[in-house]
Amino acid sequence: MTPALSVRGLTKSFDALKVSDGISFDVAWGELHAIIGPNGAGKTTLIHQLSGSLAPDAGRILLGGHDITRLSMAARARRGLARSFQITSILAGLTALENVALAVQARSGSSFRFLRQVARESALNDQAAEALAAAGLAGAEDRSAGTLSHGEKRQLEIAIALAMQPKVLLLDEPLAGTGHRESAALLDLIAGLKGRLSIVLIEHDMEAVFALADRISVLVYGRLIATGTPDAIRADAQVRAAYLGDEEGA
Amino acid sequence: MRLSDRAMLVTFAVLLPMPALFSAMGEPFLTVVLTRALIFAIAALSLDLILGFGAMVSFGHAAYLGIGAYAAGILAANGVTGLEVQLPVALAAAGAFALVTGAISLRTRGVHFIMITLAFGQMAYFLMSSLSAYGGDDGMALAGRSTLFGADPFGSSLRFFYVTLALLAGIWALLRAVTRSRFGRVLTGTRENETRMQAIGFSPFGYRLTAYAISGMIASVAGVLLANHAAFVSPSYMGWARSGEMIAMVVLGGMGTLTGPVLGAIAFILSEEALARLTTHWRLPFGAAVVLAVLFTRGGLLGALRGRR
Amino acid sequence: MTNLLILQGLNGLQFGVLLFLVAAGLTLIFGVMDVINLAHGAQYMVGAYLAAAFTGLAGNFLLGLVLAVPVALAFGLVLEWLVIRRLYDRSHLDQVLVTFGLMLMLNEGVRILWGSAPISVDLPEALSGSIPVWGTLRYPVYRLAILGAGLGVALGLWWMIHRTRLGMLLRAGASNRAMVSALGTDINRLFLLVFGAGAMLAGFAGAMMVPVISAEPDMGDTVLILTFVVIVIGGIGSIRGAFVAALLVGLVDTLGRSFGPILLRSLMEPDMASQTGRTLAPMLIYILMAAILAVRPAGLFPVQR
Repeated sequence: MTPALSVRGLTKSFDALKVSDGISFDVAWGELHAIIGPNGAGKTTLIHQLSGSLAPDAGRILLGGHDITRLSMAARARRGLARSFQITSILAGLTALENVALAVQARSGSSFRFLRQVARESALNDQAAEALAAAGLAGAEDRSAGTLSHGEKRQLEIAIALAMQPKVLLLDEPLAGTGHRESAALLDLIAGLKGRLSIVLIEHDMEAVFALADRISVLVYGRLIATGTPDAIRADAQVRAAYLGDEEGA
Repeated sequence: MRLSDRAMLVTFAVLLPMPALFSAMGEPFLTVVLTRALIFAIAALSLDLILGFGAMVSFGHAAYLGIGAYAAGILAANGVTGLEVQLPVALAAAGAFALVTGAISLRTRGVHFIMITLAFGQMAYFLMSSLSAYGGDDGMALAGRSTLFGADPFGSSLRFFYVTLALLAGIWALLRAVTRSRFGRVLTGTRENETRMQAIGFSPFGYRLTAYAISGMIASVAGVLLANHAAFVSPSYMGWARSGEMIAMVVLGGMGTLTGPVLGAIAFILSEEALARLTTHWRLPFGAAVVLAVLFTRGGLLGALRGRR
Repeated sequence: MTNLLILQGLNGLQFGVLLFLVAAGLTLIFGVMDVINLAHGAQYMVGAYLAAAFTGLAGNFLLGLVLAVPVALAFGLVLEWLVIRRLYDRSHLDQVLVTFGLMLMLNEGVRILWGSAPISVDLPEALSGSIPVWGTLRYPVYRLAILGAGLGVALGLWWMIHRTRLGMLLRAGASNRAMVSALGTDINRLFLLVFGAGAMLAGFAGAMMVPVISAEPDMGDTVLILTFVVIVIGGIGSIRGAFVAALLVGLVDTLGRSFGPILLRSLMEPDMASQTGRTLAPMLIYILMAAILAVRPAGLFPVQR
């Protein structure tokens, strides 16, 4: 069966610096695939290339077998690739429900409709409210997104992504900047998504990664040095030397 | 009902008996002045669609006013006075100009966009200035008032006022619907955060360009009215100072609301008129007022109203 | 025909360096300070009026010019101190409105002080003649002087920007604002200096033009718009771009006006050609701008930021 997401020989350089050096990996349907690596390993550049905000120099990205390498960010989103942002990116002036309803609107029918009030389209609102509830934000529908707490904004990001009903979800450090309680709630949320859709998770919190991931790829200086189950990665001598060893020694 | 809607209904209710009040005061000319303010309210509303809801700071909006005015003027000079022809021609010309210049301008952002729309506005200005057959620099008198299927909607200052008021109300209702539609929500979303909109699957360009064209077309309606109001058409309608004034009306009234620009335009035209009666150098205190208003208030007239609650 | 081409070419270059003097300040003010200044054209006008006024007082244009430049600088410094520095943390929209208001005030202020009628200034004897430049073709000395002065200023600016510490700060500021403050430079003083220098250059351009075009209210508006076209084509924030684009706009505009109708005559009836030519010529630079932007949305020399 074709994998949900397939990355083949992805290469990107900034001047002389190779930030992505022939990266290849597959994400199976329903798999939670984590990508870890020390700071400066090229994780953010990788996610930018996957989501379409940065064009690779070489290599291919396949979504469900279809080549999306040359598509814009919006076109990738319409084909089922959703992402959350490392630095919270929401529509601050709109309500939480409107944020999510827009994601529903993007995949259901034309948005070149000018006269009917969108707030009265119950199909959009119901699905949006459902996604909000699934992300643990039931009751926050009418709050202005800008006034949500940091943790709630992270949840809203996930609600927006869920409302897109994506094939593949890219989570770019979803726990960044959250406190202990907030991150626990987010972890539960991500754990609940496992198996329902394919997820690429980039995260610094090693405990979380090893608890959640089906497989882990380790990125060091733009190269994938290992891919395997959490146990295999933990046992991998090369990984320990390059990365985990440092972490434990630090 | 939202504050903006309530404020708008109050505004309409206050405007409705004004002509009677003015003639009772023995100042019927004020009806003519107020009509001019309402025409600019339509133009300011149209600008607010892109400026306030779409975050596109266009500095060439006066061009659309001019396109509307010249559509009426040139057609009238050729014996076609019917609004049933003039309005569609104005709308089509403004829409075409907006689509072509917008497609180029919208490839840029921020200050580039401001300057490019300004340059395109000036281009339209110079084009009209060089049309010697239609008065060139000096402009031309309107050959005949516009008619509507033979009727004379601008025949008296009273009729002109109410026709303009009705058009303003209709355009306000139209824009109220548009800004709350699916389209309007996408437009507002791109104003808030373009990358986020792309990440959920919207390509902003088409929506921005559509809004830009709608905005230009509505402004051309104001242009047709303006030509009839002044009984004159001139390139000065399209000058960049006019574009600047329209931005001031929208921002000082309260952008991103539909009531703000209407209040802003009325306040702007009336104070312009009042100052011009006091001194020929009214632009000096007027410029100072704009500077001080922007430096020391935020959110415009409507924002001030909101702040007191 | 060759003579006309050389003559109009020189006119175009002279117009170009004039535009550059105004554009250099505007593009630096935007590049370094992130301020869009619609009153910049009015500073050109102020320069022209100052030169006219001082010439009247001193009885000599050169003396008037020498006096006008420092006063234009002082005027710019005062304007920055009074108003512009309140705009640094404001949106471009607020900047547009405030500087638009300033422009209205300056235009009207000039009208109050000097009236609406144009004020002309006579050239001193030494500069009023013309000299042979090519065969039988003669060209006014003063226009050559403008050309030379403009090129001199361009050279001086280039030297300052590429060879001095201040220039390094300006280049750094145009590409990375945070870095300049990290260098421990007093940002407020740097901004004051940049704005003052921009006002002075625009004022100098206006002052130099007085003997050619007279001083009149609103004279800065046209120049401002052309300057916008210049810095948009050149790439906002880039001095080199401003220079190339200013010459390009100067040449295209001047040559288009004189040769457009002539070229069109080979395509259509003479009447039609001159009519079309007159209509198209003023639009030429806007078409040029649109064409360049269609290919390069950030201008010819885009500045990284």
